[in-house]
Amino acid sequence: MRVDCTINGKPEQIDTGWEGESLLHSLRERLGLNGSKNACEQGECGSCSIYLDGVLVCACLVPTVQAAGRTLVTIEGLPGPEGELHHVQQAFLDAGAVQCGFCTPGLIMATHELLGRNPEPTEPEVREALAGNLCRCTGYEKILDAVQAAAAAGRA
Amino acid sequence: MHVLQPDSLAEALAAKAEHPDAVPVAGGTDVMVEFNFDRRRPAAMLDLTRVPELAQCGRDNGTVRLGSGVTYTRLISELAAELPGLAIASRTVGSPQIRNRGTVGGNLGTASPAGDALPPLIANSARVEVASAARGPRFVDAADFIVRPKQSALEPDELIVAVHVPAARGPQQFAKIGSRNAMVIAVASFALVVDREARTVGTAIGSAGPTVNRAAEAEAFLGGALADADQWNRPSTLDRAVVTRFGELVAAAARPRDDLRGTAAYRRHALGVVARRALVWAWRDLERTD
Amino acid sequence: MMPSASGTIRIGPGATTLPGRSAPTVPIAPHEPVRVRGGIGENAPRPDGIPKVKGEFAYSSDLWAEGMLWGVTVRSPYPRARIVSIDTAAAAALPGVASVLLAHDVPGRRHFGMEIIDQPVLASAAEEIRYQGEAVAIIAADEPETARRAAALVRVEYEELEPVTDPEAALLPGTPHLHAGGNITRHVKIRHGDQDVTAAVVVRGSYEVGMQDQAFLGPESGLAVPDGAGGVDLFISTQWLHIDRDQVAACLGLEPPQVRLTLAGVGGAFGAREDISLQVHCCLLALRTGRPVKMMYSREESFFGHVHRHPGVLHYEHGATRDGDLVYVRCRIVLDGGAYASSSRAVAANAACFSCGPYEVPNATIDSFVSYTNNPPCGAMRGFGAVQTAFAHESQMDKLAAALGMDPVELRIRNAMKEGTALPTGQRVEGAAPVAELLRSIRDMPAPPALDLEHPDLRLLPGGVANTTHGEGVTRGVGYGVGFKNVCFAEGFNDYSTARVRLDGTPDGPTVYIHTAASEVGQGLTTILAQIARTELGVERVIVLPADTNVGGAGSTSASRQTYMTGGAVKAACEVVRRRVLERAIEQLGENPGDLSLEAPDIVSHARGVLTDLETVLADGHVEETFEYHHRKTWPLDPETGQGEAHVQFAFAAHRATVDVDTELGLVRVVEMATAQDVGKALNPQAVEGQIEGGTSQGVGFALMEEIQVVDGRIINPSFTDYLIPTILDMPKVVMDIMELGDPHAPYGVKGVGEPPSISSTPAVVAAIRQATGRELARIPVRPDQIVGIAP
Repeated sequence: MRVDCTINGKPEQIDTGWEGESLLHSLRERLGLNGSKNACEQGECGSCSIYLDGVLVCACLVPTVQAAGRTLVTIEGLPGPEGELHHVQQAFLDAGAVQCGFCTPGLIMATHELLGRNPEPTEPEVREALAGNLCRCTGYEKILDAVQAAAAAGRA
Repeated sequence: MHVLQPDSLAEALAAKAEHPDAVPVAGGTDVMVEFNFDRRRPAAMLDLTRVPELAQCGRDNGTVRLGSGVTYTRLISELAAELPGLAIASRTVGSPQIRNRGTVGGNLGTASPAGDALPPLIANSARVEVASAARGPRFVDAADFIVRPKQSALEPDELIVAVHVPAARGPQQFAKIGSRNAMVIAVASFALVVDREARTVGTAIGSAGPTVNRAAEAEAFLGGALADADQWNRPSTLDRAVVTRFGELVAAAARPRDDLRGTAAYRRHALGVVARRALVWAWRDLERTD
Repeated sequence: MMPSASGTIRIGPGATTLPGRSAPTVPIAPHEPVRVRGGIGENAPRPDGIPKVKGEFAYSSDLWAEGMLWGVTVRSPYPRARIVSIDTAAAAALPGVASVLLAHDVPGRRHFGMEIIDQPVLASAAEEIRYQGEAVAIIAADEPETARRAAALVRVEYEELEPVTDPEAALLPGTPHLHAGGNITRHVKIRHGDQDVTAAVVVRGSYEVGMQDQAFLGPESGLAVPDGAGGVDLFISTQWLHIDRDQVAACLGLEPPQVRLTLAGVGGAFGAREDISLQVHCCLLALRTGRPVKMMYSREESFFGHVHRHPGVLHYEHGATRDGDLVYVRCRIVLDGGAYASSSRAVAANAACFSCGPYEVPNATIDSFVSYTNNPPCGAMRGFGAVQTAFAHESQMDKLAAALGMDPVELRIRNAMKEGTALPTGQRVEGAAPVAELLRSIRDMPAPPALDLEHPDLRLLPGGVANTTHGEGVTRGVGYGVGFKNVCFAEGFNDYSTARVRLDGTPDGPTVYIHTAASEVGQGLTTILAQIARTELGVERVIVLPADTNVGGAGSTSASRQTYMTGGAVKAACEVVRRRVLERAIEQLGENPGDLSLEAPDIVSHARGVLTDLETVLADGHVEETFEYHHRKTWPLDPETGQGEAHVQFAFAAHRATVDVDTELGLVRVVEMATAQDVGKALNPQAVEGQIEGGTSQGVGFALMEEIQVVDGRIINPSFTDYLIPTILDMPKVVMDIMELGDPHAPYGVKGVGEPPSISSTPAVVAAIRQATGRELARIPVRPDQIVGIAP
């Protein structure tokens, strides 16, 4: 099935395989946008987090056909026009919050979403907002540091 | 697979009538798991995300009409005052990503006794509004909506349109037991609704039986005890023996089994504990607002 | 050569040779490397960090090749069965299917294995199926959907057999033999001191450890590309390129040079990528179809596709004097290795060696078994046998403290290992064994603040926003654990790592290229290697090339060994490169001032100042060295006594756990994990912290929630829905005291970092819950119904 939508500011055309294909599968296999990850494909890990019409969702749980006419932003859409890192991305790097990095795109998206609606979150608020993103390498400590650093950078 | 993408409720009902085997998909948080792992390949899929009527919610006298397409996130941010028990339950669902897509309608449609929205609905004596093109709308009591695990009371040509939930007329509580502090399927859950005006208490037990059921004996016992102690007129700290007995009766009303998430014995025990606590919290709230 | 105060190796005139190298041909002045940015000891940024935060880093699951096919695996649903027949006709006839292969299609050796070559590449009627999920057939098709449909069309007729599922029963005569040699994969005996000694105070316990899973996030995946000449290139996530290469070559009937492996981006490992999973299957399909083949496991398949941590039972008896001096430890450990050996023999030895804990134990009788059963195969997972025994020995120490009326930390300090203490294997710990220091450090850390029960934030209470308590029933407990294990492979394995270092002039200036086969799995090895090169050569621009089999082996990314071994190889190679640079400078200058050193970008005479520079030296061509670095020799354990100098290095860590327990519901919130660890030298402090925090979270998970549940040989929770790992709401603050006590034998004095935090964390959490509840809690993961007292 052909599905037209806007991804990271550009119009895109997706030709799905079978009609119930997930948005995650389409992004990765049809469009080569591999930044969203497939750690579980059942909404339990958050590694496929993207924005769908401005709302943070797991791309693995959205049938691509529902994205017709809608606006998506993926991790690939966060950097600036010259490819400059978004300050959330930079904060993750500086805090040492990236180890294997498989969870990183999803966590960056979830952090971006949190700070967009709550620029000065308390630690419990950060934890609750990121509870849908699993990380196996870091123990989350430096991720928390990264979020606070990104929050400060965003307010500066 | 046919993909049906109606733009209105009327179109959606017509599509369902024509394709009774079509699987309705709103948020997709249950259905897509089955699709992704090849566990389900229906002949047709009915996309409900373009049906504006399903995303509406409104208030009609003392009842909130919650469209079946209203997400948990919206429920928490817009309806916490009117539907406090349901809001507490919504906050325990999955993750922010899941709550941004999951719906109460979907919880009903999936018909799992572990659905977090179900106990608050049933404790509240909510009614589910379903509709078909052929027969129009009809109402099913939430308590009767889950027939058995994975099977709801929907006819093949029907869709869930909305849930009608009485707006809160007193404190409400919900507790969910799980072995992790986030993103868990309930081992057991309990909802409590205090209706100050009607002077009734509603309960419901989740994830501890083939369906979500009320603890009828516990409700009757408590109703009597509250009346005897004139608690409705002059709320005060509840008698410990009453609270204990209430918990025992809730536990006894559960029909749990051993499974990979917990044993029947633990479920009963845990329900007794949270039932007692929920009652104490609710009654304390009542005292405070008095 | 001894490490200097600045942590570098000095080579003076007449210096002793590095192993395997010839003596320097010219005298070289003592070298003080120029302080370059991004050297050792700094929080140098990861070279792969920017691609990772942009989502551009190519993991093995992101690989793609023109014309590629997708491969899938057909697996046995039964834990024990005979194959009666296999019919692939319908599957092969499905449009889009390019190949359906069975056991008889394996051209080379039909079995593989890490230690014992006991596992079929594909099952056949010639042998029993030995576990649920064992691979029976492989299929390549144009789309993953087609491949999955084809898999469903493969008709396998099985005769189901009664599985052997109890690891202790598996050892008894009369139980069916699952392998020709019987069901004992290994029995390690250690007999230390007086076997019949008695003690005034005796405590006994039987402990059970469930099956933990590594649960890395990046699924098993790889891309095999046939080269058209009978060979194949495999791009793969793995912990050990060369051992994969050797097994693939053997099973394909190829010579090693025909099988070339390149490390693709790895999404975590923790032991689960040491054994091969899809490597042979993927290459076989690629060679048979003549097209690139990609294989990728779903999360569910992943649970069946890799080895898990050995579960088991550990029976212990500790004897002590009334003053609290340990007299003896006797233990019988039975670990369930499941269907195939994997690295069970080494796990059995580790469990035995570390079974008594980091204490002075004058007498010990240790029997450590791993059995074959029809349960899922078990192998390497972070901690490798020492995790299971740490739960047992630390539980015992707390029991003993209670029996003695002693403080549990005091009892541990009293019996703590020190430098020179002998293990029950007779090997003495060389260098620091700071057990007492670690314990004192965490004991003395301030306690975390108490809960605010006036205005409780649900997120800080057990149960969290699930709203199960507002403070009712909540009791705080504190518990301690200390553990140790070996770093590097043991028992005479003859481990080594190879590094090729090239220093070259480029338009961007002098650049170091590092080429090794070492797997970066997220731990930060590539960062460290670059830091080492910067420090040794003083050149800031360092490029770590992709890891592949075009250079000598680097050994496994496991046993906390890579910084030591591959770091050591890079360091040694850099030292030779540095010497060669100076030799060439002397040649170019036509004279030998006798006091030259490399202070990039210059080459400096101590007495006369700058005489030439690196650019000039490199104008005559690059300088390159390939160095094979070996650690000191180790020896096997005696089969009867378990005595032997089996290990290279020991690393120690301790944890203090503070938990809040809802004692009526059995729900736990970990408030804080405080830890102290000796890392020898922190080459990248931020990365070291990250490893400690990560290992701690895996230990917390194992204490509270992580278990592969196996019933009658079948996994009943193969998903992240029910295999629970800690979320950010489950993990507490981690407070760390990182000690750098230096190992005199190791490069820069480093000690392995990755595993110790996963060893002492679990017993500390359980001890804390015990303190809060008084429950015995003899099993991990601890379940709510045990905490509440409904279940034993």
